Amino acid sequence: MQEDIAAQVRDRVDAIYRSDSRRVLATLIRLLGDFDLAEEALHDAFATAVEQWAEKGIPANPRAWLISTGRFKAVDRLRKAARFESADGAALDRLEATEMPEQEEEGVEDDRLRLIFTCCHPALSPDAQIALTLREVCGLTTEEVAHAFLTPPPTLAQRIVRAKGKIRDARIPYEIPSRSDLAARLDSVLHVIYLVFNEGYLASSGASLTRADLSVEAIRLGRLLVELLPEPEAMGLLALMLLHEARRRSRTTPAGEMILLEDQDRSLWDRAQIEEGVELVEHALASHRFGPYTLQAAIAALHAEASSATATDWPQIVGLYDVLLRTDPSPVIELNRAAAIAMRDGPEAGLTLIDAILSRGDLADYHLAHAASADLCRRLGRVEDAISAYERALKLATQEPERRFIAQRLRDLR
Amino acid sequence: MKYLCLIYDDEKQWQKFPKDVQDKYMAEYMAFGDSIKKSGQYVGANQLQPSHTATIVRSRNGKVSTTDGPFVETKEQLGGYYLIEAKDLNDAIQVASRIPSARSGSIEVRPIVERNQA
Repeated sequence: MQEDIAAQVRDRVDAIYRSDSRRVLATLIRLLGDFDLAEEALHDAFATAVEQWAEKGIPANPRAWLISTGRFKAVDRLRKAARFESADGAALDRLEATEMPEQEEEGVEDDRLRLIFTCCHPALSPDAQIALTLREVCGLTTEEVAHAFLTPPPTLAQRIVRAKGKIRDARIPYEIPSRSDLAARLDSVLHVIYLVFNEGYLASSGASLTRADLSVEAIRLGRLLVELLPEPEAMGLLALMLLHEARRRSRTTPAGEMILLEDQDRSLWDRAQIEEGVELVEHALASHRFGPYTLQAAIAALHAEASSATATDWPQIVGLYDVLLRTDPSPVIELNRAAAIAMRDGPEAGLTLIDAILSRGDLADYHLAHAASADLCRRLGRVEDAISAYERALKLATQEPERRFIAQRLRDLR
Repeated sequence: MKYLCLIYDDEKQWQKFPKDVQDKYMAEYMAFGDSIKKSGQYVGANQLQPSHTATIVRSRNGKVSTTDGPFVETKEQLGGYYLIEAKDLNDAIQVASRIPSARSGSIEVRPIVERNQA
């Protein structure tokens, strides 16, 4: 009987940990003003919950209980440390003097935004922003983050320690950016989420084509951000991720070989994700304050809604690339636009554009530029040109499934 | 909290500016200095002589060596600094972004170590 209750309480604590530990952490960081202290306090609070809730019952508001217990434990820890190190007790006194604020929902949600913006602060290196966000906001362990990014755990742990050190020593404030800074700071958050998604969607190296977990985390982050801060570009990014994710099952064969968009079995696409993505895109476009993520999502939506590659609305896709190129000029977008033009006007037109980009030297090291050029040569029956372009692409590609795909194309041509 | 804002800019470019452009730049610096004095964020500031006037001093095993330098070929050289008082890094970044050279060169913002006053 006694054991039954203990087991029930443990299950309940586990469930609360999964649903609320990040919220509790976000608030503890604000109250304690220190990441490490807040993490210790979080673990102390949950450990105490397992002990006390079995005896005294589960409190009416477990989250408020955890926050107040965590804060109490942290004060306790500081007090003990102060006794040994005879450090000045001023910070401790201040901490003890602050009243426990009422747990308003709004305040708690603000703390989650504070945590996101602090982890994605542009004064931290991009690598550190990603590692810190996955660890503190998503609750992944250092080992999990290290594994996902094929980084040795000690290197990643070091990166996180350094980032926390900079937050503390340079005094990066725990706050939601002011109106005037919001757009720039939001960009930095969106970029972190996008990089996490991309790493999951198309791993930059390694044996498998996707690392699904990272994409799932990125979408979870995207949802959280839209919920907390429904800005058009946040919606656009979430839409973009959903629309790509919807195609996941059709992108590889069961053996892990990649399948191009035009050859994918569209009945495998996740309709619910596509619908959600399309709705978000429309919402973002209607705001007239959208940017590159929304435009890319709009392109992905046109692909997702087409019944086949040939039935795709290529003129509108080219039009969207034109707008995208004006707002966010980059050779990779030019390359994608050229591929869309090849679909609209024929391979010759696309090839002319890709040759121009390559001759500028902009994408000379980008395997997909050579692969795109090779594909168009192949369609035009220019076998020799196709072979030499695929050979260049193969030399530059680092990811196994892509390499096998290019090698297969080469065998087919020879 | 105090932050040191180190000003890096292309000093060759600066020397090539005609007198009126240099004067305009200096006027902007004066206005910036006044604005942070008024807001109470100014602690100290100095413009440095060009980098060719720099001397590197090292003491190794009690032996002092003095050399001309630094001979590092970089596009931007340390040309001066502001020491400011700011609430936090965001506040310091806000101040640094208004230093005239932020538009042409770059500003390195470094927090100052604060010793506990016993």
